[in-house]
Amino acid sequence: MRILLVEDDAEVARFVKKGLQEAGHNVEHAPNGRDGLFLAASEQFDLLVLDRMLPGGVDGVRIVETLRQQGNRTPVLFLSALGAVDERVKGLKAGGDDYLVKPFAFAELLARVEALARRPSVDAPATRLRVADLELDLLSRTVTRGGKKIDVQPREFRLLEHLMRHAGQVVTRTMLLEKVWDYHFDPQTNVIDVHVSRLRQKLDKGFDKPLIHTVRNAGYMIRAEP
Amino acid sequence: MPDRLRRTAAPRLLQSAGFRFAALFTVVFGAAAVTLIAVLWISTAAALDRQMQAAIRADTVALTERWRAGGTPGLIDAIEERIATDLTNESIYLLLDTQGTKLAGNLDSWPTTIEASIAFARTRIMLEGITTDARIMASDLGGLRLLVGRDESERVQLRLVLTEGVVWSLGASLLLAIIGAGLVRRALESRLEPAMRTAAHIAGGDLSRRVPVTGRGDEFDRLAGSMNIMLDRIQALMTGIKGVSDAIAHDLRTPIARARTKLEEAVTTDAGEDALRGAMEQGIADLDQISRIFQALLRIAEAEAGARRAAFAEFDLSAVLRDAEEFYSVAAEVREQRLDADFPDTLPMVGDRDLLLQAVANLLDNAIKFTPDGGVIRLTARARDDDWLEILVADSGPGLPPDDRARAGERFFRADASRNTPGSGLGLSLVRAVATLHGGRVELGDAVPGASPPGLAVRMLLSPDG
Repeated sequence: MRILLVEDDAEVARFVKKGLQEAGHNVEHAPNGRDGLFLAASEQFDLLVLDRMLPGGVDGVRIVETLRQQGNRTPVLFLSALGAVDERVKGLKAGGDDYLVKPFAFAELLARVEALARRPSVDAPATRLRVADLELDLLSRTVTRGGKKIDVQPREFRLLEHLMRHAGQVVTRTMLLEKVWDYHFDPQTNVIDVHVSRLRQKLDKGFDKPLIHTVRNAGYMIRAEP
Repeated sequence: MPDRLRRTAAPRLLQSAGFRFAALFTVVFGAAAVTLIAVLWISTAAALDRQMQAAIRADTVALTERWRAGGTPGLIDAIEERIATDLTNESIYLLLDTQGTKLAGNLDSWPTTIEASIAFARTRIMLEGITTDARIMASDLGGLRLLVGRDESERVQLRLVLTEGVVWSLGASLLLAIIGAGLVRRALESRLEPAMRTAAHIAGGDLSRRVPVTGRGDEFDRLAGSMNIMLDRIQALMTGIKGVSDAIAHDLRTPIARARTKLEEAVTTDAGEDALRGAMEQGIADLDQISRIFQALLRIAEAEAGARRAAFAEFDLSAVLRDAEEFYSVAAEVREQRLDADFPDTLPMVGDRDLLLQAVANLLDNAIKFTPDGGVIRLTARARDDDWLEILVADSGPGLPPDDRARAGERFFRADASRNTPGSGLGLSLVRAVATLHGGRVELGDAVPGASPPGLAVRMLLSPDG
């Protein structure tokens, strides 16, 4: 995947670039908004990772606004030290697709980058999601594994749906909190883990192959192979 | 500062709004006086003049009648009778025959400027040896020439007196206007002075000053009131900022110091690679915890400063409570606790949804933490008759001694009994800040008074309109 990173802090830029390259991505780096906008407008990228505050008069929000005006729909992930809720709203309103507040764990950034790059396409909405023998019917809102119906609560259904839409990708706890519970808050304790482990128990009961895997220091992933 | 104040208190005359108001006052007052005097002038002097003309005309008509009835001798008699009975010596008569010889009258000769027949001419004549101003009407009676007039000198005198009076009263009005203007300016300045003095103190850094309110309820009091509200707001913001910097200065140092010590120890002691890696992972976890505390502090500061009020929107509190209940019920279940919830289907309110969820989350998290395994936690909410929205979180934990209740909610305060439980000590201060932001307050009490342990009940009161 070809990613453009626009970040003025050399240390953060080096660290992010190295990490993304190790994960198999092709990363271009621009140290200021002007160069970043030029690169983003003139070349083809799969994803833009933008710092919000940039030197050179063109900040991250301006870059996105300019690109969106030109009809450029490349997904955008904001990196920002501005963590207040209304700052996040401002970034997303400008046309950003996700917003990550500094300081962040690299695993969190990588999970969000991969989730953005492989977003489910809006054109052909799936009515059925499948991972190994687990099947989720979005119309009848039922879950079956190996043909056996599993009873899940509505929230558990949404949790499973989100994991399955990103099958094979790491989904972090904060991503689940934002996407499944739709709140920006700090739950203080590991309540997300409790929710996931309850869901996992329901899915794996009577089956020997676990589907939801814990990724250490990052989050969760649903996948067929162990 | 007094120097600066003096300079603003005595500005150059033309720049002073007080002076401009005063000047306007003078002009309006002066115009009123001039109008009054003009009306007075017209209605006295002009009326007198008209009255005299009417008298002259009536006299001429009467004499003409007399001439018609009694011929020339009758006319002469009438004139002489009039002169004899005129006590004020104001009347002027002259009758000449066709040759120009005087037949009767108190005037010696026909005034040169007066033609044979003319109405109401003004002229100077010699009357009994004295030159006076007179108003004359001349008429031709079949060759006889009759002149009837009135001595105007009394009226001229009166007009002079009137004019003098007008000038004096105009002068007096002007003087009064100027004095009045001066008073207006003084009054304005003396009413604005306290506000300016307060502003100067505020600018000098003393935020505790307020503009004194006289209690008269006038425009200046309203201005002072708005200024004071603005100053309260600024002070609250400043206190919020100061609170955060205090917290950063004192309380973030502790976890930072702890993390630093651990990392330094790992580097200096001769440990294996695994131990080093473990120490570094622990260091990262410590840093994450520090940035969570930081985030919590910022949230509290935002709420305390009221900065989030701009993001207030209508939402259903019950929906938020349902989510919180669902979210934390599994955590309670793990500890075999029961989370009982009881609230109406909808509780509409205006506020910040994320902050309220955070507040309820903090309360539930605390309750779960401090309630022993198998205990009961209650989450209830209702719209009270006195218009408050009440959220109550009660647990069956050890409760909080009354002495600690006042301090709970201070940043980083942790009751002695809870030192060994994980937590930052920021939970309740956020709850308190969120309640205040929503126009309400937090009350702490025993969940079951008299029981042992009594349990803790935290009651959040919110204003439904935000």
